Amino acid sequence: MTYTTHADLGGLPGFGPVTLEPEGEWFHASWEPRALALTVAMGATGAWNLDMMRAARETLPNYRELSYYEIWLFALQNMLEKQGLVTHEEVRAERVLQASPALPRVLKEADVHATLARGASTERLPVEPARYAQGQKVRIRKLQADHHTRLPAYVLGKGGVVEKIRGVHVFADANAQGLGEQPQWLYAVAFDGVELWGEAGAPGVQVCIDAFEPYLEAL
Amino acid sequence: MDLRVRALETVLTQKGYIDPAALDAIIDTYQTRVGPRNGARVVARAWSDSVYREWLFTDATAAIASLGYQGRQGEHMVVVENTPERHNLVVCTLCSCYPWPVLGLPPTWYKSAPYRSRVVKDPRGVLAEFGVALPEASEIRVWDSTAEVRYLVLPRRPVGSEGLDEEALACLVTRDSMIGTGLALLPGSGLL
Repeated sequence: MTYTTHADLGGLPGFGPVTLEPEGEWFHASWEPRALALTVAMGATGAWNLDMMRAARETLPNYRELSYYEIWLFALQNMLEKQGLVTHEEVRAERVLQASPALPRVLKEADVHATLARGASTERLPVEPARYAQGQKVRIRKLQADHHTRLPAYVLGKGGVVEKIRGVHVFADANAQGLGEQPQWLYAVAFDGVELWGEAGAPGVQVCIDAFEPYLEAL
Repeated sequence: MDLRVRALETVLTQKGYIDPAALDAIIDTYQTRVGPRNGARVVARAWSDSVYREWLFTDATAAIASLGYQGRQGEHMVVVENTPERHNLVVCTLCSCYPWPVLGLPPTWYKSAPYRSRVVKDPRGVLAEFGVALPEASEIRVWDSTAEVRYLVLPRRPVGSEGLDEEALACLVTRDSMIGTGLALLPGSGLL
């Protein structure tokens, strides 16, 4: 195993109480809006996809010590360096030091509103019928992904019920590795809290995740 | 951090990878145009119009887009309804997935470890920290946004709100009530 995510937090102990925050407090430092906008604008160039960026964030070794926009900024810079678009020395020198490859697109001011309003649908047309039906009992495979995945560890091996079929979507596990979209059926799967947490599970609690078909097996 | 961000922006601008004016437009969008007041209007419409409410349950993305809210991080919307029997809560244990077009950028706690780690295991304990106590008999369902589906909670319409118009109803709808970490306000308690 060479891939380690530090972002899979569901069920982990020791993080203390929630710190509340009033509505409309969007940013907490003057650089944060720029970090957000840089990330959105560079994402729109098509130099990478969102799943690749999520992988870059969750593998930052000090992920759990960083604020969220620090995570975004450091992952952005790592991605730019990895793709050969910017070097560490250029950021330090604050100027261009080497020739730069062209990008598929550049987000211009005039296109911002339309681009954000359009978004990027991940739904694709089905090629094969869904393997599981609504109401069917399923089990989450005990997969040990050596890459980015959208399968949280706390459901591994657990039994649940297909609550809803969500259509066919870009498979994050493949997309994050640059292996193409490999679209898969996506299911909302509901678990009883006691199944997930045993004695520690509070009665009357259910947890529902959205799970790609390869994560599931029939129960 | 300020210097580091400025340096990166300068280099990316010189390379022609970004348009600094586009950055301003992105920031303006999420500071002034997109936020939880959008979601509040969706909820107020659902409380006032049963046909719209049904549309939200059958095709939330289209129903929400009909009010002008759509796009990035809201491409695949699902609305889940709170009832006397069931309370819904939304989280993303793996990162910070959140329905931007209707709620704006997520609050810090939504992106942070305490909420993400605990709400799937002890939702009542987390709700208590938000000052929310549900009846013992009420079932709680936590929606972990592990793919590109984004969830909006339709809170229960508060008692005493009969006869209010949509604008007045929207004032009762808080950000937290649409995540499930709060309830809609009672008329007269005043959010705005």
